[in-house]
Amino acid sequence: MVTILDSYHVDLTLRRLTHQLIENHYPFQDTCFIGLQPRGIQVSDLIMKHIAELYPELPLKYGKLDITFYRDDIRSSLHVPTVTDLPFSIEGKKIVLIDDVLYTGRTIRAAMDALIDFGRPAKVELLILIDRKYNRQLPIQPDYFGKAIDSIITQKVKVLWEDQPSVVLY
Amino acid sequence: MQLSTKHLLGIRDLSAQDIQVILDTATQFKEVLQRPIKKVPSLRDVTIVNLFYENSTRTRISFELAEKRLSADTINFTASGSSVSKGETLLDTVNNILSMKVDIVVMRHSASGAPHFLAKHIPAVIVNAGDGINEHPTQALLDALSIREKLGTLEGKKVAIIGDIMHSRVALSNIYLLQKMGAEVTVAGPPTLIPKYIKESFGVRVEYNVKKALAWCDVANVLRIQLERQNHVLFSSLREYNLAFGITRKMLDDLDKEVFIMHPGPINRGVEIDSDVADSKQSLILQQVENGVAVRMAVLYLLAGNRDAE
Repeated sequence: MVTILDSYHVDLTLRRLTHQLIENHYPFQDTCFIGLQPRGIQVSDLIMKHIAELYPELPLKYGKLDITFYRDDIRSSLHVPTVTDLPFSIEGKKIVLIDDVLYTGRTIRAAMDALIDFGRPAKVELLILIDRKYNRQLPIQPDYFGKAIDSIITQKVKVLWEDQPSVVLY
Repeated sequence: MQLSTKHLLGIRDLSAQDIQVILDTATQFKEVLQRPIKKVPSLRDVTIVNLFYENSTRTRISFELAEKRLSADTINFTASGSSVSKGETLLDTVNNILSMKVDIVVMRHSASGAPHFLAKHIPAVIVNAGDGINEHPTQALLDALSIREKLGTLEGKKVAIIGDIMHSRVALSNIYLLQKMGAEVTVAGPPTLIPKYIKESFGVRVEYNVKKALAWCDVANVLRIQLERQNHVLFSSLREYNLAFGITRKMLDDLDKEVFIMHPGPINRGVEIDSDVADSKQSLILQQVENGVAVRMAVLYLLAGNRDAE
C-alpha cells in the first residue's frame, strides 16, 4: 500500500482547489456546488468549509446528488441509494460537480444525466481530488484536480477520511 | 446490496433485511417523484408485461406508473378482451408474451398460487400483484412504508387488521410483513370472516369487538368486504355489518389517543368504514396510494438488478 497524499497534503490540496474555485467563481452568485454521493461529499464538505472560512458573509448554494438510479451497471451490481438534496434551482447556473476519484468517467456521465433532469445549467465543471488518468472509458476530463496519478486497472485508489485523511494506492 | 429472492411471490419468502432494503430504496424513489422530471433511466433495457386476470384500478395504474418512471417498456394485458376468452391457458398466454422478449411479468390472478406456478415454468422474473386469497406483497410493503413514515418504525407497533380477514390477501401479506418487522398484530371482525385457526397458525391476537381492537392499536388497517369472493352468506346484511363492525367517527372520538386509519381500497363507504373516517386527518389512505408507486419502483428496480444473479 502506497500513500499518495498524507493528511498534510490532502489539506494543502483542498485549500489550493478552494482558491482555484474562488479565482473562477467569486462571488458565487450564479454558482452551485454539488457533491456526488456518497464519497464526493467529504471532499465537497471540506471545500465548502474552506470557502466559508474565507468569505463567511457570502451565501453559498451547496447540494448533494445521488446518481444510483442513473448508473449504467445495474445488471452487474446494485448500489444503495442515498439522499439527493438540491435546495435550489440549477436553471442557468454554473455548476461545480465534486467527487473524490475520477476513474472511468462513468459516474460523472451518470451525474450529468441526473443533473439535466433538474434543469438546464449554463455550465458544468468538474472538481476531483484524485485523477486516475489513462483509465478513462469516456471523454470526460476534470476542470480542477488535486493530484493526477498513473495506475493500472487492478490497483485501487482510496481516500481514507479518518482523523488524518489520506489517499492510498493498493 | 441484493434481495435474497429472484421473484416477488409473497412477503412469506422475504427476509426482514429484504423488506428493509425495499423500504429504504422506496424512500429514495419518493424523493425522485418530487423532482421536476419524475423519471430515472434505471430500467431502460427492461420490458415489463402487466398481466391482469382480475380487475384492478390502483395496483395496475401504480405498477404502470412505476414502470414508466423507471423508463421500462411496458405492455398491458387484461384477460377480458384477450384470447383467454377463446380458451388459451395461462402458461400458453405467458409463453407467447415471453417469446416477444419480456423480462419481468407483473401478474394478478384470481387463483392463489398462480404466480408461483409461473415462476416454476418460465424464465422471466415474476412480481405478484395479488393472487386469489393468498398474498398481495406490494400492498403490504406500501402499508409498511406508510406506517414507518407516520410512526418512525414498525418495531413494537400495534397494528389491527379489521374486516374480511378470510378472503383478504392484503391481510395475509400484512401479517407476514408486520411480524417479520417486529410489530404486533391483531385481526378483528365477525367470527365468520376470521379463519378458525389463525391464532394458532400465525400467532396473532384475535378480537371480535372492533372497539376493543381500536383501543389496543396504533394503526388500524381496515379491509374491504370482498363480496365477489364470498359464495355463501357470512353475515346477514351490509347494513348490519356496518352497525357492528364499521369504523365510525364516534368510535375514534371516544378513544383517548390518535389511531391512524389505513385501507387498501377500493372503499365501500358506509360499510366497513364511514366517509367521515375515510376522509379524516387520521386517514392515511391517499398517502398509501402515493407510496404505492415508490414501493413498486423499488421492487422492480431491485428485482431487475437481481436478474442475472443466481
